[in-house]
Amino acid sequence: MNENNLKFLEESFKKYYFEHSELILVPERSSEREFGFQKFNSGMTRHISIKDDKELHLLCMQNTPSDVYCSNAYYTFPNLPMNEKDWKEADLIFDIDAKDLNLSCRENHTISICNDCNEISKNHVKCLKCNSIKLEKKSLPCKNCINSSKIEVTKLSEILINDFKINKENIHVYFSGNEGFHVYVYNSQFQQIGSRERSDLVDYIMFNGAIPETFGMKKFKPNRSSFPDFGKSGWQERFSKQIFGSKSKRSKIISELLANGYSSFQKTLDDLSNSIGVKIDPNVTMDIHRIFRMPGSINSKSGLTKIFCKDLSKFDPYNDASYIADDSVEVIANCPMEFKLKNKKFGPYTNEKITIPRFAAVYMICKKLATLA
Amino acid sequence: MLALGQDEIAKYPFLADAGQYLKDKGFTLEQFGVDPDLKELILKAYERIQVAADGKIYKSDLIDNQVSKEAALPREVFSFLLAIVLLKLSGMHTLIKRFSLAEARRAEKYLEKDLANISDESKNQLAVRVIDDLFSVKVEKQDDYFTIPVSDYLKHSINFHEREWKLINRHVENGNVLLSPHETVRLIRKELGTYINSKIVNAKTPTMIPGFEDSVNKLVLLSKKFKTFTVTTGEYPPCVKHALEILEKGENLPHSGRFMLATFLLSKGQTVQQIAPLFKNAPDYNARVTLYQLNHLAGTSGSGTQYSCPSCEKLKTQSLCFATSECNNIINPLQFGKKKQ
Repeated sequence: MNENNLKFLEESFKKYYFEHSELILVPERSSEREFGFQKFNSGMTRHISIKDDKELHLLCMQNTPSDVYCSNAYYTFPNLPMNEKDWKEADLIFDIDAKDLNLSCRENHTISICNDCNEISKNHVKCLKCNSIKLEKKSLPCKNCINSSKIEVTKLSEILINDFKINKENIHVYFSGNEGFHVYVYNSQFQQIGSRERSDLVDYIMFNGAIPETFGMKKFKPNRSSFPDFGKSGWQERFSKQIFGSKSKRSKIISELLANGYSSFQKTLDDLSNSIGVKIDPNVTMDIHRIFRMPGSINSKSGLTKIFCKDLSKFDPYNDASYIADDSVEVIANCPMEFKLKNKKFGPYTNEKITIPRFAAVYMICKKLATLA
Repeated sequence: MLALGQDEIAKYPFLADAGQYLKDKGFTLEQFGVDPDLKELILKAYERIQVAADGKIYKSDLIDNQVSKEAALPREVFSFLLAIVLLKLSGMHTLIKRFSLAEARRAEKYLEKDLANISDESKNQLAVRVIDDLFSVKVEKQDDYFTIPVSDYLKHSINFHEREWKLINRHVENGNVLLSPHETVRLIRKELGTYINSKIVNAKTPTMIPGFEDSVNKLVLLSKKFKTFTVTTGEYPPCVKHALEILEKGENLPHSGRFMLATFLLSKGQTVQQIAPLFKNAPDYNARVTLYQLNHLAGTSGSGTQYSCPSCEKLKTQSLCFATSECNNIINPLQFGKKKQ
C-alpha cells in the first residue's frame, strides 16, 4: 500500500480512537493479560502489559495501530517472553468466519488481487493479465454470509448452554470487524484446560470423529432399540431431529439405516458434521497463547469495528460496526461489486475517480479496492 | 495421606508409605536377605515383576476383595515393596514401566469393584477419594452411572487414541460426562500407572543388600528380552506428502499445515536453509518472514523452544490428516514407516 493511503488510514483510525474512547475498554483482569498491536506495514509488537482503559487509550493515540490485540489467557507476568509468562488460565474463545462456511454466494463477492501486477478480477485461479498464480483474495461479505454466520453462533451457544451448562450471561458475542463473529466464554469449567483438551472440545462442537456405536449402530447384530430417540440430550437429540425428523418417521428410517449397514452409517455421521456440526475455526479455540483482536478496536482488513452484539438477530455490521467519520474524500476506486454501508449504496466502480464519505473510502482502501486520488 | 484399612493396603499397596510400613511391622530390608522364611518373599516379589513383564496381571491372595488369611496381608504388601527394591537395585527402566502398568491394572480391578459397590449415601468411600485425591477427578454417582465434569474428563481422555474416548462419543449432560464404573477407572489407568511409576522412580535406591543379588541379576537378564530395534523406510507420511504437493502447485497451505511440514522436516534433521525454499511458491511468500519463522520453530531464535511435530489427532482436527493404511495407527507423523524388529 502506498504512503498516501497508509497515512490516510492512520489518520482516520486515529480520529476514531480519539472520538470513540468509550468503545475501547480493557477486558476484566486486564493486568493479567498480554496485549499487542500492529502498525500499518509493520510487524507485530506484543508481550505488552496494560492495566487500565487510560493506558490503552494512550497506546492507541501514540502508536496509531492498524490492529490491537489482547490475550484470552491470564498470566502472572504477561509482559515477559512466552515461556516465562506463567500461564494461569484462558477464556474459551471461538471464531466463526463466513469464509469457512462454504457458502455458494462467496463466488459472487470475492475478488482476486494479483500480488505481482495488482490487477483486480473475479477469476480465482490466475491473474488474467500476467498469468501469476499469486492471488490475494478479498471478499465483501453479503447478507447471506452474515446471516449464515449468525446461525452458527446460535448453534454454538445452544451447545454451550445445553450440553456444557454454561450461563448465558457468560457468553459474549462480538462482530469480528470483517466477516464473522467471535464468541467468548467466561468463568466456565474450561478456563484451565490446555490446548489438547480444547482440541477435543472443538471436535465435539464440530461433530468430528463420531463413531457408529455412539449412535446405536453396531458392526455385528445391530439392535433397533439402541438408536437415539427424541427427548434425550446433546447430540443424541440433535441427531434424532436431523436424521429422523419426527417421531413418526423414526422406525422407518432406522430400518433404512440398518439395511444400509455399518460403513454407510459412518458416512452418514461424517456428512452430519457439515450439516449439524458448528463451523468454528479449530485453530483459534485450540490456541491458549493467542492474542485476539480487541473489542472496540478497528479491523484493518475492513475499517469496521469489532463490536459487542447486544441483540445478535438484529445486528447489522454495515450499520452497527462502521464508526469512521463521514466527511467527503476523493478516491480512485476499482471495485467490481456493489456494497452498502450506513444505509448507503456504493459501487460498482471501474477505475473511476469518485467523491465518497470517509467510512466508505476507508472500507475500500482496506480491501485494496481503492487508492486516494 | 489417605487413612487406609488392612484390605485397602493389600489392594492399593502403592498408597502406603513403604519405609513406614516396614518399620511399623518391625522389619528391616536386611532381614529379608538372610532369614530363610522371609527370603521366600523375595522370590514372590521377583515373580510379581516377571508376571508384569509378561504383560499379565499378578494374581494375588485376595479372595472376594478381602484378605484371605491373616498372614496374607503382609505377604501381599511385602512382595510389592520388595519388588520395588529389586527394581531399584536392577535399575532397569523398561521393567519399572511394565511393572507400574501391571500394578495399575491390578489396582484398577479393585477400584472398579469398589466403585460399583458404592451406594449414594457413602460418597466418601476410598475409591472415590483415591480418584479425586490422586487424579483430581470429581466423581459423583447418578443412578447407575458416575458423572465427571467435562473438563476433568478431557484432562484424562486426551491420553487415549481410540475414538470411543473422544468427547463426541460420550454421553454429555449438564456439563458432565456419564461413565460406567469400568470406564471411570479405565479413564485414569494411564495416570495410575504414571503415579506408581513416579513413586518407584522417586524412591531412593538402596545399596545392594546381601541375599538380593540373585534376583537382581535375573531381572537384568529378563530386561534384555525387551530391547527393540527400529528401522525406518524414510518415506514421508501422507500428510507431509499432501502439504508438499499443495506447495508445489503454488496453492495456499494454511499456517497450521506449514507448521506441521516445517516441524516434521526439522525433526527429521533437515536444516532451516534446506526447508525454506519449499515455501517459495506460496502465494504470500516472503523470504525474510519464512526464515524468521523457521528459525523460531527450530529454536535458533526467540525463546529457544524447539517446536515438535503435531500429533495425528491434532492434524485430524485441523483437516490436515490424509491417513492411509500404511499409517498403521501411528499417533504422530514422525512415527511413519518405523518398524520394530
